[in-house]
Amino acid sequence: MNILNLFSAMPGAVAQGLIWGITAIGIYITFRILDIADLTVDGSLCTGGAVCIMMMLSGHNVVVAMLVATVAGMVTGLATGFFHTFMGIPAILAGILSQLGLYSINLKIMGKANQAINVDKYDLLVSLRYIKGVPFYKNSIFVVAIGIVLLVLLLYWFFGTELGCALRATGCNGNMSRAQGINTNTSKVLGLMISNGLVGLAGALLAQYQGFADINMGRGAIVIGLAAVIIGEAATSRIFHNFGFKLIGVAIGSIMYYIVLQVVIWLGVDTDLLKLLSALVVAIFLAMPYWRRKYFAKPAVKKGGKDNA
Amino acid sequence: MLEMKHVTKVFNPGTVNEKVALNDFSLTLEDGDFVTVIGGNGAGKSTMMNAIAGAWNVDAGEIIIDGTNITKLPEHKRARFLGRVFQDPMTGTAATMGIAENLALAKRRGKVRFLGPGITHKEWEEYRELVKILGLGLEDRLSAKVGVLSGGQRQALTLLMATLQKPKLLLLDEHTAALDPKTAAKVLDTTEYIVNKDHLTTLMITHNMKDAIAHGNRLIMLMDGKIILDIRGEEKKKLTVEDLLHKFEAASGEEFTNDKAILG
Ligand SMILES: Nc1ncnc2c1ncn2[C@@H]1O[C@H](COP(=O)(O)OP(=O)(O)O)[C@@H](O)[C@H]1O
Ligand SMILES: [Mg+2]
Repeated sequence: MNILNLFSAMPGAVAQGLIWGITAIGIYITFRILDIADLTVDGSLCTGGAVCIMMMLSGHNVVVAMLVATVAGMVTGLATGFFHTFMGIPAILAGILSQLGLYSINLKIMGKANQAINVDKYDLLVSLRYIKGVPFYKNSIFVVAIGIVLLVLLLYWFFGTELGCALRATGCNGNMSRAQGINTNTSKVLGLMISNGLVGLAGALLAQYQGFADINMGRGAIVIGLAAVIIGEAATSRIFHNFGFKLIGVAIGSIMYYIVLQVVIWLGVDTDLLKLLSALVVAIFLAMPYWRRKYFAKPAVKKGGKDNA
Repeated sequence: MLEMKHVTKVFNPGTVNEKVALNDFSLTLEDGDFVTVIGGNGAGKSTMMNAIAGAWNVDAGEIIIDGTNITKLPEHKRARFLGRVFQDPMTGTAATMGIAENLALAKRRGKVRFLGPGITHKEWEEYRELVKILGLGLEDRLSAKVGVLSGGQRQALTLLMATLQKPKLLLLDEHTAALDPKTAAKVLDTTEYIVNKDHLTTLMITHNMKDAIAHGNRLIMLMDGKIILDIRGEEKKKLTVEDLLHKFEAASGEEFTNDKAILG
C-alpha cells in the first residue's frame, strides 16, 4: 500500500470523475428538476459510446462523432418520453423498457459486444494516455473541465428561458403548470432528451478515454450518477445556491466519488464488491430525507404572526 | 361568455362506486357576471370547474367559452381562457421557484414558450408594483422561493397569477377555505378588488353562505350534479341567509339539515 501509487492514480480518477460528472449533470436534470428517476441512462451511456467509436472507426471527425453520439442519446430520451407520456407507462418502467431495448440496439450499432479504438491511429479528444506528459491544453482533465464549464453555461442559459422555466415548473407542480398553459408532457419529453443527450455525450467521452466501447459500460450508470448528485449536494449545498454552481457541485461530487473509489481500491478492497458498495452508499443517502422526517422531525410549531397574511 | 350545455360526467361508470357528478348540467354566464356557487359536500361544484378547466373529458355535452368550443381541448390549451385558484394553497404555485418567476410563468399563459427570457428585467419592476396591491410586503422579497410563504400569501399570489393575463373566466374553487378567518377575509377582499378592477367574469365556489350572498351578482346552488337554485338581479341583492334556507327547502323538497358544509 504505497501512498505514491495512490497519488499516481489520482489524475486518472479525476479525469474519470469529470467525464462521469457530465452523466451526473444529466441525471440531475431528470432526478432533481423533473422529479423522474430515469433508468434510460444505463443504456444511453453505451449508445453514446458505441455511436462515437463506430463513427470514428468509419473515418469521421471526433467532433462530428461526438455530436452524433449526443443526438443519439437525445433520441433514447425521446423514446422513454414517448413511452411515458404518449403510452402512459410509469416513468421508471418506461426507462427500464428503453434500457432493455437499447441493449439490442447497442449490440447492433457495434456489431459485437466490444469495439476498441487505437489512440495512436485516431485523433481522440480524450484518452488515458493524455493525462501525463502532454501539453496542458491536450490534457484530458483540462479538456473535460472546459467542456463541463461550457455545458453548465449552456444549461444555465437554457433553464432561464421560457422553455426552461416551463420545464422547472413541470417538475415542481404539474397541476399549476397546466393551469398556466404549459404542456407538461412536452416538458417531460424535452427534459428526458436533454438529460440523455448529456449522458450520450459522456458515453462518447468515456469510450474514447478508455479506448473502447463496451456493451456493459453503462451498467449502474444511474446509481453512479445519483451518488455523484448526492455527494455533490452534500458537499457543496452550503456554498452553492446558484443553479449553475449547483451543476458544478454535481460534477465535483462525481470527482469525489471516483477519488473515494480509488482510495477503496488502493486499500485493497475486492473490486468485485465495488458496485455493491456504491448501491449501499446511494441507498443510505436516498434514505436520509425520509429518516430525517420520520425520526428527527420537530413537532410542527404554528408560527404566529407569520400566518395572518 | 361561458355556456355549459347538457354536460354529464360519471365517475367510475359500471362499478359499485359509480357516481353521476354532473347530471345534464347547463349553465350560461354573461360577460362580467360574478357568480357565487354553493352546495353540500359532493354536490358537484369542483367537478363543474374541472369540466371547464379540462382535468378530464366530459361524457356528454358541450362547453363553449366566448364562442370557442373547448369541450375537447386539452387542459393546457384551455388555460389561455382561464384563471384558476384552487382550494389547496400548495396547488397554485411552484414552490421551488421565486415569487417573480411564478408571476412570469403566469404572464406567459396562452403564449408560445420558446427560447426567450423566462423573466425580463422590465418584468421585475412590473411585478414589484403589482404585488403591492396585495399589501403583504412581497415587493421586497420577489426573489424568495414561494415555498417559504404562508398559505394566505400563496393564495393571494395565485390570485394575482390567475388574473395577470386577463382571463375570459376566473375559476375560484373554495380558495379561502384552507385559510384562517382573518386571512380568508383579506384574500376575499383582494378577490373582489381584482374582479371589479378588471371586470372579470367569475365563478366562485364557497362553503360560506354569507360570502356567497355578499359577493357577486348571481348565486347558484348545486345538488346531485344539478343546479337547484339560481338567484340573480334585485332578488340576489336583497337575499338573506334565511331566504336562502327557505328557498333551499322549497327547491330540494328536503328539510334543511343545518349542514355545516353549506352554512360555513
Ligand atoms: N376524480 C374523481 N374520481 C372519482 N370520483 C370523483 C372524482 N372527483 C369527484 N368525484 C365524486 O364526484 C362527486 C362530486 O364531487 P365534487 O365535485 O368534488 O364535489 P364538491 O361539490 O364538494 O366540490 C363526489 O361524490 C365525489 O366523490
Ligand atoms: Mg369541492
